[in-house]
Amino acid sequence: MQSLILTTTTRLLAALLLMFSVYALLRGHNLPGGGFIGGLIGATGFILYTIATSEVEARRALRVDPSNIAVVGLGIAGLAGLSAGLAGEPFFTGQWLFLFAEDGGKGLPLSTVLVFDIGVYLAVFGGILTLVFALEEEI
Amino acid sequence: MNWLLVYPIVIPLMTAVVSYLFRNSRAGRWISVAGTAALLLASLLLMAEVLDRGVVAAQMSNWEAPFGITLAADLLGAVMVVITAITGMATVIYSLSDISERLERMGFHALLQILLMGVCGAFLTGDLFNLYVWFEVMLIASFGLLVLGGDRQQLDGGIKYVMLNLVSTIMFLTGIGLLYGITGTLNMADLHLAVREVQNQGLLTTIAVMFMVAFGVKAALFPLFFWLPASYHTPPVAVSAIFAGLLTKVGVYSLIRCFTLIFNQDVGFTHTLLLWLSVITMVTGVLGAAAMNDFRRILSFHIISQIGYMVLGLAIYTPLGLMGAVFYLVHHIIVKANLFFVAGVAKRIGGSTDLARLGGLYTHAPLLAFLFLIPAFSLAGFPPLSGFWAKYVVVKAALDLEMWGVAAISLAVGLLTIFSMTKIWGAAFWPDHPDGIKPRLSDLPMGDRVALMLPIIGLAALTCIIGLFPEPFVQFAERSATQLLDPTEYITTVLGVQP
Repeated sequence: MQSLILTTTTRLLAALLLMFSVYALLRGHNLPGGGFIGGLIGATGFILYTIATSEVEARRALRVDPSNIAVVGLGIAGLAGLSAGLAGEPFFTGQWLFLFAEDGGKGLPLSTVLVFDIGVYLAVFGGILTLVFALEEEI
Repeated sequence: MNWLLVYPIVIPLMTAVVSYLFRNSRAGRWISVAGTAALLLASLLLMAEVLDRGVVAAQMSNWEAPFGITLAADLLGAVMVVITAITGMATVIYSLSDISERLERMGFHALLQILLMGVCGAFLTGDLFNLYVWFEVMLIASFGLLVLGGDRQQLDGGIKYVMLNLVSTIMFLTGIGLLYGITGTLNMADLHLAVREVQNQGLLTTIAVMFMVAFGVKAALFPLFFWLPASYHTPPVAVSAIFAGLLTKVGVYSLIRCFTLIFNQDVGFTHTLLLWLSVITMVTGVLGAAAMNDFRRILSFHIISQIGYMVLGLAIYTPLGLMGAVFYLVHHIIVKANLFFVAGVAKRIGGSTDLARLGGLYTHAPLLAFLFLIPAFSLAGFPPLSGFWAKYVVVKAALDLEMWGVAAISLAVGLLTIFSMTKIWGAAFWPDHPDGIKPRLSDLPMGDRVALMLPIIGLAALTCIIGLFPEPFVQFAERSATQLLDPTEYITTVLGVQP
């Protein structure tokens, strides 16, 4: 089914959803959000695109096989956990880097927790799209 | 923090990731082989550490127990990880020939590695909720493996498998919720102390029975075993072999862990219940096997019957009984996976797993016939193979408590096991093939022959070694049983305090 209204709004909405998903991912450490919900929102953008156009079109727009994205996400999450070993601390202990920190403030806090969250984001994003593409496939 | 506890979980994870990315080339399978070899090495190192230093524990993310997730390995946990790695190695080598390129492209090796990760995680975790997570990981991976390729029969078996296992997981989760509600902790070592403070011991026994049902489904205890014979004969042989070897044993392991460490406040009720369940499981399993006419279906029912012996060892709840359970667990994983491998080769060269459509294996493939006899006799409990010692210890433990009936039944079940093994022998090995096929091993290409026979020979050799030199293994099982019955060392190591 082709709907002019749907295809036109999708162009806007899909981009917005993808942007919002990154926002949700980044604010997730201390506020509602995070990798899981971010990945879901991001996947929604592509799902919308799939419904508006077709599964083939959406795969082309994504360029990469979604199951590969999911697996790479899993690997990133695992590596984030392993990185604690470099600092000689137990598996999955968060490692922090405070950029431009002045006394008393935290500056820009970067951590392996964020890396883990990015891994989760990719795993959820890829996993959901693998499922949806398989369901939308026209045989 | 002991990194040796983390490797058996991280190595399969990373192997899964890399082998999935290379799934379209031949590199994927070799990455899987290398990863499993690394897992085997890591598990042996862990074993050496546990033998050397006693129980080892590690707190994930540096959160102190009982607040964070604890990984811990005592002798039982360590030996299960080693045996998982051995079975994994055998399966990966076998799958080089058994699994088609089409299934490899769908991610067979990644799923297999995730399954190994889930099994190792379940054996190493010291936290009940984390155990639930590993159960889920195993369930998803095994469901994927079961339906991979997606023919009709596989989907049919897969749906039954996943539905009944989901019921078990929900039961498990509900039990966890209730237990957390009355004790406020889920760390197993901490629970050991906390359950003694609980006022309402009746509620605790109810929760114990919920756990028994949940693990009973996983372990295929009577009357909760129906998913097993409905699904285990459908997937590729390499998959049924690793399922048969490992998955039900995770259920038995969890039963042993929980009903020695946590739920031993009302042994008179819970363990008597387990005793009756185990006896009925033995009998129904072996009767089911006697009624079947398919190689893999007979073996599937035998898993159920043998689970009965292991749980019987736990239910007897003496040092000798638990020692038998541990010994049985290890012996059975090796033997059962091997029998499935043999069934796979028989199918490959004989064209079927239906006993009516098989034959001539003894005349044309004597090596295979010989290699079938080793695990088959071991399963039935012939001296001097590993199964003899396993059965001997369990029956001896029953006799020591003057449970004459239970001992008699378990011996009779052994006899019926021989009956169904001779049934396979009498149909698949002895007479000529009904279709006039001459099932020769030499007809297989060289590479396939090595990949298929190597795991069978290796596992058969292990069975013989355990059977001929049982002394160190028996001693090990004895030490492990002592550790299970007196968990002081486990608790001190995990919590870092004297209980």
